[in-house]
Amino acid sequence: MTAMIEISNAEKTFTMHLQGGVQLPVVRGVSFQVEPGECVVLSGPSGVGKSSILKMIFGNYRCDAGRIGIRHQGMQIDLARAEPRQILSVRLATIGYVSQFLRAVPRVATIDVAAEPLIANGMARSDARERSGQLLRRLNIPGPLWALPPSTFSGGEQQRVNIAHGFISDRPILLLDEPTASLDAANRAVVVDLIDQKKRAGVAIVAIVHDDEIRHLIADRIVDVTSFAAAA
Amino acid sequence: MAENERAVDDDQPLLIADGLSKSYGRLTACRDVSFALHPGEVLAIVGESGSGKTTLLQLLSAQLTPSAGHVSYRMRDGVLRDLAALGEAERRFLFRTDWGYVHQDPALGLRMAVSAGANVGERLMALGWNHYGRIRDNASSWLERVEIDVGRIDDAPRTYSGGMRQRLQIARNLVTKPRLVFMDEPTGGLDVSVQARLLDLMRNLVNELGLAAIVVTHDLAVARLLSHRVMVMKDGRVIETGLTDQVLDDPREPYTQLLVSSILPA
Repeated sequence: MTAMIEISNAEKTFTMHLQGGVQLPVVRGVSFQVEPGECVVLSGPSGVGKSSILKMIFGNYRCDAGRIGIRHQGMQIDLARAEPRQILSVRLATIGYVSQFLRAVPRVATIDVAAEPLIANGMARSDARERSGQLLRRLNIPGPLWALPPSTFSGGEQQRVNIAHGFISDRPILLLDEPTASLDAANRAVVVDLIDQKKRAGVAIVAIVHDDEIRHLIADRIVDVTSFAAAA
Repeated sequence: MAENERAVDDDQPLLIADGLSKSYGRLTACRDVSFALHPGEVLAIVGESGSGKTTLLQLLSAQLTPSAGHVSYRMRDGVLRDLAALGEAERRFLFRTDWGYVHQDPALGLRMAVSAGANVGERLMALGWNHYGRIRDNASSWLERVEIDVGRIDDAPRTYSGGMRQRLQIARNLVTKPRLVFMDEPTGGLDVSVQARLLDLMRNLVNELGLAAIVVTHDLAVARLLSHRVMVMKDGRVIETGLTDQVLDDPREPYTQLLVSSILPA
C-alpha cells in the first residue's frame, strides 16, 4: 500500500515583523505517514502546533523545510514546493479540509455552500444540491434553513454546514480540525458515523479532536505533536 | 471541439509579463514585474494607493507602453504574441472581444446616455451582429444574469444606482465571451451590502465561464473571495506572491504582515 500522506522533517517558524522580527518556532522535524483508510489523530496540548500541521498539509501555511508528500492522481507531489496551481488542483481533487470555523461567502444559500465542492468538480448543480440536501438532513439541519446563508446560524449549525461541505465529495484525503467541538451528543455520533464511512471507503484522515471518547472511536493511530514542538 | 480548445489552452499560459517596468521621468511606477497567468486563473494585485497596481494593469492591458519588458498574450489560434507587435486589427479584436475591462467608475466603461440594452448590444454589433431581435434577446439574457430587471432595458444607466451600473458594466464586458477580464477596483465606491452581491455575482460568473481575470484591489477581502493567486505590490515592485489564502493567512514580508493586520474586524 502506498501512503496517501508522507511527511518528513517538516518545519514551520513564524517571523513576526511587526513585533521587531521575533521568531516564533512552531514545529520542527514533523514526520509521519497516513495510509488509505487510516485515521491519524494529532494529540498534544493547545498551542503545540496541531492546527499548523493540518494547515501545512492543506498548503494554507508554508512549510519552511522538509517535505509534505501527497499522493495526487497517482503521483506524489511535494506540497512544500508546489506551485499555487498545483496546490489548487490537489485541493480540488485530493484533499478536503474541515476547518474549525466556517468561512462562507455572503449571500450564498446553505444548500449551495455544501454542494459547492461537487459543482467545482463538474457535477450538475441539481445533482449536487440533491446530495447536499441528503447530507444536511443527515446532519440534522432543518430543511427550512437550507435556502438561507449560514452566517446567521448558531455555532453548532455552522459547524455542521462546514462538515457537510468537507464530507460531501469523495476526496481521498480528509483533514479535520475539531469537527465535533461545538456539537451535541446526537450530532457527534453522526460525525463519527460519517468518519467511519470515509475510512471504509479508503480515505486517509488526519484529525484533531480533544474529546477523548471521540478520539477513541475514530483513531487508528495517535501522533503526539509534543515531540515536534519547536518552542525553545 | 471544445475538448480540443482545452487541450491547446490548459497547460500553457494565456498571458506572460516579462520584466515589465514603467517610468515617468525620475519616477518609476512599476519595476521589473514578471508572471504568467493561465486560462481560468484569477490573479489579484493588492497594495495601497500609489503602489503601482493600476499602472501595472494598464501595462498588461496594452493601454500603456512599458519602458522596459514585454507582455505576451496567447491569441485564439494558440500563438503567443507580443502585444507591442500586434497589428491594428488584432488589437481591436482583443479590446472589443477577447478582453474585458471593468473600471472602478462605471461611467468610464459605459455610455451613460444610451439605453442599457444598447450598452450591452454595442459590443455584439462591433463583432458584426446585425439582427436587432437577436441582439436584444442576448442583451436581455445578460441583464438577467447580472440580476438587472429586464424591464429597465430601455433606460439609460445614468438612471441606475451605483451597484446596477457596475453590474451593467460587467454584462457589457462579458457579452462577447472574453477569455480575460481586467478589473480595476470593481467594488470600490459601493456600499458594503452592494459589494457583497457584486462579489458573489462576479465569483459565479468567473467560475461558470472559466474566465481568467486580473483584479486590482486594495481590499484583501475581495482578493480572498475572488482570486486564486495574489501579488502584493509596494513602491512599484512585487514584494510577495503566492496562493491567495497562503499569502493572507501566512504572510511572509513585513509589508504584507502590516496589510493583513490592518484589517478591521467586522
